[in-house]
Formats: sequence, C-alpha cells, structure tokens
Amino acid sequence: MSRVLLTGNGAAAWGARLAEVDYVPAFPITPQTEIIETLASWYESGQAQGRLVTLESEHSMITAAAAAAATGVRVFTATSSQGLLHGMEMIYTVPGWRVPFVLVNVSRAVATPITLEPDHTDILAARDSGFLQIHCATCQEVLDSVLIAYRLAEDERVRLPAIVNLDGFYLSFTREPVEMPEMDAVRRFLPAFDPHHLEFRASKPISQAVAALGGSLYSYFRYEAHLAALQAVPVYDEVAGAFAAEFGRHHPAVEAYRCDDAQIVFFMIGAFATKAKDAVDRLRESGWNIGLVRPRLLRPYPEALLRRLLIGKQAVVVIDQNLSMGKGGVLYSELASVLYGRAGAPVLLSFVGGLGGRDVSAEEFYEMAKLARQAAEQGVAPEPRLLYTGGELRELKKLQAIALSERRELGGGT
Amino acid sequence: MNESAIRSLRDLPSSHLLGAGTAMCAGCGGLEALHEIYDVLGRKTVFVNAAGCMTLLSTYPFTPFRSGWLYTSMASAPAGAQGVRDALDILLAKGRIGPQEDMTAVVLTGDGAAYGMGLSATSAAIERNLDFLYVCYDNEGYGNTGQQASGATPHGARTATTTSARGYSGYKKDLFAIWAAHKPAYVATVIGAEPLDLAKKIQRAASLKGPRLIIALAPCPTGWDFDPKLSVDIGRLAVKTGIWPLKEYVDGKVTHTRVPHPRVPVEEYLKLQGRFSHLFEPQRNAAFLAQIQAEVDDYWRGVT
Repeated sequence: MSRVLLTGNGAAAWGARLAEVDYVPAFPITPQTEIIETLASWYESGQAQGRLVTLESEHSMITAAAAAAATGVRVFTATSSQGLLHGMEMIYTVPGWRVPFVLVNVSRAVATPITLEPDHTDILAARDSGFLQIHCATCQEVLDSVLIAYRLAEDERVRLPAIVNLDGFYLSFTREPVEMPEMDAVRRFLPAFDPHHLEFRASKPISQAVAALGGSLYSYFRYEAHLAALQAVPVYDEVAGAFAAEFGRHHPAVEAYRCDDAQIVFFMIGAFATKAKDAVDRLRESGWNIGLVRPRLLRPYPEALLRRLLIGKQAVVVIDQNLSMGKGGVLYSELASVLYGRAGAPVLLSFVGGLGGRDVSAEEFYEMAKLARQAAEQGVAPEPRLLYTGGELRELKKLQAIALSERRELGGGT
Repeated sequence: MNESAIRSLRDLPSSHLLGAGTAMCAGCGGLEALHEIYDVLGRKTVFVNAAGCMTLLSTYPFTPFRSGWLYTSMASAPAGAQGVRDALDILLAKGRIGPQEDMTAVVLTGDGAAYGMGLSATSAAIERNLDFLYVCYDNEGYGNTGQQASGATPHGARTATTTSARGYSGYKKDLFAIWAAHKPAYVATVIGAEPLDLAKKIQRAASLKGPRLIIALAPCPTGWDFDPKLSVDIGRLAVKTGIWPLKEYVDGKVTHTRVPHPRVPVEEYLKLQGRFSHLFEPQRNAAFLAQIQAEVDDYWRGVT
C-alpha cells in the first residue's frame, strides 16, 4: 500500500479504476468534471481499460448506465447538483430495474440562485429514489466507499444502484493523503461483477423494467425494492467488516466520534463533519462531554444503530446542510422519526447552515453546543435556526448599496 | 433474420414472432408495422422502449416479445440502446460472451418521443454513430393519452387539444429530414399497409452498421377516428395520395421507393378520418382542402 496525495475527485476516479469498471457513461458538470477527465485520460492512454462515452445529458447518462448494467457490465458514472436533478426521472426509475452500479455525486447547491459551492439539497432530492447512499467526509473515504458501494450494490440480497456522495470544492478539490489499495487486495474484496442472469443475451430472452398495472402488482415491486434496501443495512456491516479485514480501515455505517461518554452530540453528514470533530476536540479540552455522530450510510437509514448511539444522550444538535423549503432540515426530521416516542430520547435541536458552501465556524459550533446544554437542562428544544450572522447581512447590504450607487452613477434607474 | 433477399410478397417471412392478445387497439397501424418489422429483424433483438402506446405491450407478467425488452422513459430510449450496445460490445471484446449471444438494439417509440422529448437523445446517438435501429410508430399525436397534438400532427387535424374548426395550426415536423441531416447510415419511411416496401427497407437497414432510423406512419383508429377495418385502406391511401412519401436515405442520397402516379386526391384519404371531418362538415372547406392538396403537390414537384 502506498500513500498518495489525491483530491476527492481523484479519489473517486481511483475508486472506479480499482473497481475495474467496464463502462463510464459521462456528462460534465462542475465540480465533478475532474472525475470523468481523469478516467478519460487513463482510458485514452491505456493506463486503464474501460470505455467512457459522453452522453448529451445526465438523463441519458443515467439511462445508459442502468441499461449497460442491465446487460451485465460493471458501470460507473458521476454527476453533481443540477445534473443530478436533470437526471432525476431516471434516478427514480432505475433502482426498480434492480441493476447495481455506482454513481458518484459531487454535492453542489441547487438553483435558484445558480451557484457552485456545496450543500446537500441535491443529494437529498434523491433520498426516496431507491439508490443506496454513502456520504463521505475525507478523500480516503471517497476511494474506499466506491469499492464498498460496488460490493454492497452487487450483493444479490441487495441489487440496487448506489450513490457515493462527496462535497464539491471542500472535498472534490482538496488534496489529502490517501492510502492506495493494492490491486490484488481489491480483487479479493471485490470479485468480478456477476449479473446473476439478469442480462440481455440472444440465447436467453428477458424483459426488464416492464409496466405493472394495478396497485397490487405495483406495490409488490415497490415493497421488494424497499425490503432490498433495508436488507442493505446488515449487508453493509458485513461488507465494511470485510473491507476492514482486507485493508485495515473501518468505515462503519455510522461514525461515532468521542461519543461513549458524551452527553451532547453533533449530528452531521459530509465533509463539514470534520469541522464538527474539531469543535468536539476543542470543547472537550474545556471539559465538555461532547461527541459527533455522522451517518455514512443514509439510505438505507441505519435506524437501530442510530438509536443505540443516541438514546440516553441529553441533546443532539442536528446540523443540516440542506433546506426543505417550508419545513427545514431533512436530517432533523429523519432523526426525529427514529427517536420519537423512545424512552431516553435526547432533546433534538435543528440548525440549517453551510448552504452553498457557507462556512460553519468554530464559534457557531460552540454556540450550538451551549444552546444544546440549555435545552437539555430545560428539557425543551429551541425553535429551528438558520445560521446567518449579522456580519453576513451587513456584507450583503453593503454589496446592494454599492450596486445601487453604481447604477445611479451610470445613469440607470433607481 | 431471413437471410435471403426479399423481392416479392412471397419472400416475406412466414414466422410471426410477435405474440397475439396485446393491449393495442383493434386496427392499430403501429402494431401492424411492428409485426412486420420484428419478423424481418428476428429474435436477436432488444427492444428499448420509450413511454407510449407500445409500453403497454409488455405488462407484467406477460410479453408478446420472444427476445429482449427494456422500458426506459419517454426521453431517453436511444440512451438505453447506447448502454445495451456498449455493454454488449464490451462483453464481446473481452470475450465474456460469444458472437452468437449478440443482439441488435432496437429503439421503439411513438412520435411523441421521436419528434419531441426524445429528439435530443436521438440526435446525440446518431452523432456518436451508435449502431442501432430506431423504429418510430408515428400516429401523429400523443396517442396513448388520448391523441393530443404533437410535433407529428398534420396541419388542420383535430386532436384532443386542437378542437376548433381550424384543427392543428402547426405543420407536421419533417423528422425524416432532421434525422437525415445527421448523415446516419440509413433513414426510411415505411407503412404497415405496404409490407413489401417495409420488409425491403428493414432488411436493408439490418444489413448496415451505425444509426438506422425508420418512421412508420401508424394509422390510428382511436386517435384519427375511423373504423378499425379501414386501417389498411387508409394506410394505402396515405401512400397513393402522396401524403406519406415512401423513401429512404442512404449514402447521402434520398430515394423515393414508391412514386404514386397518378396521385389520388388527398380528399380521399382525409374524408375517411373523423379528425378531418370539420373540413367536410357542416360544409366542405374547399380552400383548406386545396391548401393541403397544394402542399402535397409542391412536395412531389420537388421529387425527381
């Protein structure tokens, strides 16, 4: 094993290369492009064997990906944000085909306003689709998770496509040292894809993805896919165990950081969770019993494990880098549904922040911890909050004032 | 596939690959064409379908097909064919399947997908030189949802969304020319009512590599409002009146495979269909009929 410096995008491309994917339908979008450019350059130069085809849209890209998987090859693809949304019809369609493949989504906030930096509203729009979802916080995790995702998706008890998610910019363009697994070890961990006879062959006529009319038939297939997704919880543990045995790195479904004796817990997904970790360390230095719980597996949702980790805590601070308009943070609602009505459930606090790449500062983590302590003492959670400071608002007003004065200067209207 | 060249009706395949008892309407001109096309193509085919009437051919747990079927979405069937073709090519190249397991990817869509939502995916599949066959059954409207006007609807036709005495105000899009402008291996128009012409073209298409695209005019008893028993007659009249020119594009050249002479007046075709009844009732709209005739005459004036 060797250590190399890789961006999150580079790690995703290496994951696909090590998985020896046969086929990469692609479409460029910022900040995902480095992934497909890297794969394209390897295939063009012969450093790796695979076929990359640029489709004309993500909608077509996901269709081609699933159709190729349905024909029995190992498929990799990647997108971001608007691209994921453009392909959303197919994101919802192809899990029902029960074809395993891996899609890396490089999270980027969605329009409007159109923007570039990350949050998780894009990937959470795929939450109910049937794709499995693994969320990464480091470049190492990105590479490892691609390999884990293939083994999980291809397991015959699961057979669903999987999304590996990483944050645009903060992870996609950040170089970190990454342990590069040996090819032989990868092949031991991830054998060649076996489509288990779900494939198009002249000698074996097969109809895939046919219509099912009537609610009863329809429900049967929807329940089947749901149960397969639930099955992916125990299968994930097996796969992560096998991964740890082979490579010595453990990637549990839920990461619990300094949680054993914690009374207060931050709850986040993605790269910003590393900021929460840092805040946990600082707060512990000042005597706080505080930790972090970070689900890596978001679909299926590892409910039992989350209960095990969080029941008995005093308060959980859920920080959502997403916004369900007219409701609030998605992770908060989901966690509430896991803990509600359980004896010993902690008080839940909801914060929305980090939208469009906005930082969540150390001070904000400390403030949230303080509010959590208060809430635990009073037994009442405060209203959900949107993280935004007076300073930011002043900056915004300043920009508006400058633009207005420029307009007047140049003789425009008021 | 029938290997010997089809020259006369007697050479048409006697096999009937497509099973009976489907959900298609009586007299469906699209199903008629599909029957004929499938018999020429043979079993080594994967039909990659877009949302439309024919999506209802394969409804769980039954299918009339003896080979592959994959439903995709309304807009992306050509991309589905791309995935299937690329995967088969990869498997063949890596020796993971033998050549006897290879199949032809056949996109099967209606005009709603072909003329509109799926046009971008088709254009891109052609530019990537995808080795596939595209079969569009063109019933000139969104037939499966009750015949609303589509980009394939002819000028003046009454549809569920163009109900006034003027009918559809737009003009039928020239999909043949749009496809041909991409310079694919093959483009042809066909109709089920002319099975020999159809079979020759499908056989020719099957012998070529690259993008091969077929538009089959599909007389539609429910959408066009006529008695199902007239389906074949109306199909023949579409050709005899010159409204549906049978032609093919190959090697950069368009050839008309049937030049109707003399042409039957378009009225004979229009008057059999309820969707044009407002041109005859309550009184004959001579000016409108003359306009439609003039457009057809104009077209054929340009055919040498």
